[in-house]
Amino acid sequence: MSLVNFTTREITCKIVYYGPGRSGKTTNLQYVYSQVPADRKGQMVSLATQTDRTLFFDFLPLDLGTISGFTTRFQLYTVPGQVYYNATRKLVLQGADGVVFVADSQLRQLDENLESLQNLQANVLEHGVDIRALPMVLQFNKQDLPAELILTPAELDEALNFRGVPTFPADSLHGPGVFETLKGIAADVLRKLSESGDGIRRI
Amino acid sequence: MDLNPRFRFETFVVGAGNQTAATAARAVAESPGTTYNPLFVYGKSGLGKTHLLQAIGFLALERQPSLRCEYLTLGEFVERYNASVAAGQLDAFRRSAQETDLLLLDDVQFLAEHLELQAELLRLCEAMQAVGRQIVLTCDRPPGEIGQLDERLVTRLSGGLLVDVAAPDFETRLAILQRKAEERGATMSREVLETVAEVGAANVRELIGMINRLISYQAVADTPITPGGARMLLTGEAPEKEAVVLAAPAAAAQGDEFTAFLAAVSTTVAQTVEAWRSRVGEAVLRWQGEGYRTHRLEQLLLGDEIPDVTAELDRFASDVDELKKLAEEVAAFDPAAAGNACFRDPQALEEARGYAERVKEGVTPPPPPSHGLDFDGYVEGSANEGAVRAARSVCAEPGRGFNPLFIAGPSGTGKTHLLHAVGNALLAARPAATVACLSAQVFMEELVAALDAGRVEWWRRRYRRADALLLDDVQLLAGRDRTQEELFNLFNTFTDEGRQLGFTADRVPAQLAGIAPRLTTRFEAGLVVELTAPDRPMRAEMVRRLLTARGVAAEDDVVQYLAARPADSARAVQGLVNRALSRMDPASEALTVETVRLAVEGRPPRPSQAQAISATVPSGLDPVLGSREKIVWDWPNVGDRLVEEQR
Repeated sequence: MSLVNFTTREITCKIVYYGPGRSGKTTNLQYVYSQVPADRKGQMVSLATQTDRTLFFDFLPLDLGTISGFTTRFQLYTVPGQVYYNATRKLVLQGADGVVFVADSQLRQLDENLESLQNLQANVLEHGVDIRALPMVLQFNKQDLPAELILTPAELDEALNFRGVPTFPADSLHGPGVFETLKGIAADVLRKLSESGDGIRRI
Repeated sequence: MDLNPRFRFETFVVGAGNQTAATAARAVAESPGTTYNPLFVYGKSGLGKTHLLQAIGFLALERQPSLRCEYLTLGEFVERYNASVAAGQLDAFRRSAQETDLLLLDDVQFLAEHLELQAELLRLCEAMQAVGRQIVLTCDRPPGEIGQLDERLVTRLSGGLLVDVAAPDFETRLAILQRKAEERGATMSREVLETVAEVGAANVRELIGMINRLISYQAVADTPITPGGARMLLTGEAPEKEAVVLAAPAAAAQGDEFTAFLAAVSTTVAQTVEAWRSRVGEAVLRWQGEGYRTHRLEQLLLGDEIPDVTAELDRFASDVDELKKLAEEVAAFDPAAAGNACFRDPQALEEARGYAERVKEGVTPPPPPSHGLDFDGYVEGSANEGAVRAARSVCAEPGRGFNPLFIAGPSGTGKTHLLHAVGNALLAARPAATVACLSAQVFMEELVAALDAGRVEWWRRRYRRADALLLDDVQLLAGRDRTQEELFNLFNTFTDEGRQLGFTADRVPAQLAGIAPRLTTRFEAGLVVELTAPDRPMRAEMVRRLLTARGVAAEDDVVQYLAARPADSARAVQGLVNRALSRMDPASEALTVETVRLAVEGRPPRPSQAQAISATVPSGLDPVLGSREKIVWDWPNVGDRLVEEQR
């Protein structure tokens, strides 16, 4: 399946929110969901099986209607952040067109952020894709916490943004930065598409 | 680039600042190329220049849908130019640009950055103006103020009409606001609109931005906006008492997040999916430059459907590759066949494949008889009676009666016509038959080319497939032993299999010098018929037919006069008729004897010349002297022909 299907006139973007556990990925999706007008609201699915927790992710379909003759859909996914759910993360990453890495701005979470970033890189590589070829943005979440607990966007940029991707400070609980991030990754994914001319390589 | 349907004259608000520009634009759109050419519209950004430019395009296309209209920003123009230079297709670019009937060029102020393009634009302007094609340009300043602009281009651009678009006055601003509010389906009190108009925007875009903000605000707020609220929203200055109304914006902004996201994505998607048009456009330019027909790609651009561009372009490219390969293969057999139009049209790929297959198998038919030469157009008379009868009997029973038929006669007596008439009659009787009818010269040249390319066998196959072989002017084969040998073999194959042969020559076979006896004796074995010079009744008939064919009515005495002139061949008769017609008064439809005589014999000699001649030639001795056609009146200047030797 390509990102832009000229035959069925569909654009489908799969965007995965990645990051360490409790960094606010689901909160991002919940905020987006809360802002979608009632007539466009699909169903937000949170898959969590009681007995077997290996399959666990959130899924938010965003139907943007017909744009320039194309039925445009965004599918937002989150991965489980906890280290031991790596199989699920790999599964969710499959077919992603772009990744939002949600970093926890708290000072004490810096190592988790780095670990998760490395994990992302390894998982993407396992799908045979160079992370540099994958559209990605960084979100520095929880910027609303007291300044003494968190790192500033500049510090986080220094620590995490090796690739120089677009970064967005955010407070996903209250909303600031959530849509900016989504806009950022959407533009990145779509731009990549126009550059390559015929859809981009998915994971 | 496509025109934006929102930009039409109907939606252009005319005010004091832009009235001249709007009127001129309308005039240009109504009759492109005739009023103001070029039309140069200048004014600050956001005052409606692009709107006017596109409106011209719309109106012009509405009036003349067949018009080739092109809207380009200078940036796009530069891109196309650079792409064509990079691809070595500058000629194709120029051709395509010059064939545009109406060129709308936006934002030409950026010309200053592109010196090489100035020369190109100058050339384009000159070329387009020369043939009455319209150019309209917009700019943020008059041509003279564009820095580093070629002086010639400045005068050229200023040579049509220069009009400026000024900022809208209060009334125009109000009218624009009203129209925008209506367009968006928003109800807004007149006071609010007046407030916005008063706030004053530097340009129309800013003004529209203001009204959009008010509309979006009003959409989320429960109460209609007040003039004071509007002022505060737009400028930040507000009377305190109205602060209550303005408590909502934060919430409004929040609620609108999704819409803003949607707008951002829409823009990106639109840019992405519309990019295919420029890709297809570039491909069209490129392939046209290489001489291929790009109809298939152009159809893509015309359609509303968005095609799978990559697949389409790949398919086109692979079709072209196959065509190239086919043409190469064919060229190895028959260089002339490789020039067939089907090898330049990817849409005709099937046809090209079939054609190439036929050529390779030697199935491409040898040259057929010419269409126009048939029995109906052949004048029969005592001079060719026997020949025509023989020819007709050959057509009735090809290969079984007179085989070969040999037509001998001096040049211009109609041998070729008769031979082709036989060929056409054979084809008419059996349309599926292959009739080779060609001059011995072409026959020989084809053989030489085949020998040269080492494909004689292919050449032989090609002729052996024919059901009849009619060879004109075989005397030309004199001394060409190899061709004679091939003809000899072909001859035997044809007679053995009962297929018809036909030949013409300027003399009977026995008198043909340089042709091997084994051939001449075989020529004689069939039927040899001779054509002689046409007699007077035949000439009269020829004259009558020639005149009728030219749509000229002629009295019988004219025909008789012309028929009485000495002419030893059909060609001479034709020359005579042409001379007569050349003197004809174009206004009259009939030819008179006087005109004809004047044309054929010339004016009676002037007295002085007559005296001069009569001084040397006794008058009455030779009546020929009175006829222009017997006398050379204009001698070349002998002085010019003398070469003095320097000793």
